[in-house]
Amino acid sequence: MTRSELIAAIAQRNPHLYQRDVERIVTTIFEEISLALARGDRVELRGFGAFSVKHREARQGRNPRTGESVSVDAKAVPFFKTGKQLRERLNGG
Amino acid sequence: MAENTMTRAELAESVYQEVGLSRNESADLVEAVLGEVSDALTRGETVKISSFGSFSVRQKGERIGRNPKTGEEVPILPRKVLVFRPSHVLKKRINDSLT
Repeated sequence: MTRSELIAAIAQRNPHLYQRDVERIVTTIFEEISLALARGDRVELRGFGAFSVKHREARQGRNPRTGESVSVDAKAVPFFKTGKQLRERLNGG
Repeated sequence: MAENTMTRAELAESVYQEVGLSRNESADLVEAVLGEVSDALTRGETVKISSFGSFSVRQKGERIGRNPKTGEEVPILPRKVLVFRPSHVLKKRINDSLT
């Protein structure tokens, strides 16, 4: 399922809404989650899952092809932990 | 670092501010979006949201685990897990705001 298929599915279930508004709803949701993560905040959606930012320290890495040592800068990576309810649903619960 | 937690309530408020719907309907639509994503994943589909990331379901095989407290071996049954791969755009946004 892609963003546009998600929009189409929501639009189909909500025939009273304009397609344009459904697009704005879907865009707003993912944009707000992205903004929260960019601020370093967590986003917790009970039953679905939680997004957070994990910090990775700078380290000495290695180019696996040449074996050459390279320094890797500290970075932040987005992380998602699946909610209990969704995890159970995936496993037929 | 002051870390806040955003919940459904704030997402619904943003949708309310952005689109001219009632607060109640905005909350229902946040739920509907999460519901559609969950349904697709439950059907085994991958959900790709451009410039955000993709969610996919991975099948894990059975393996032998260990109770870390007692050292006892316990089988971990085959199961499905959800994996989120953030897009480059999202990763970049998070790191750019860091510096």
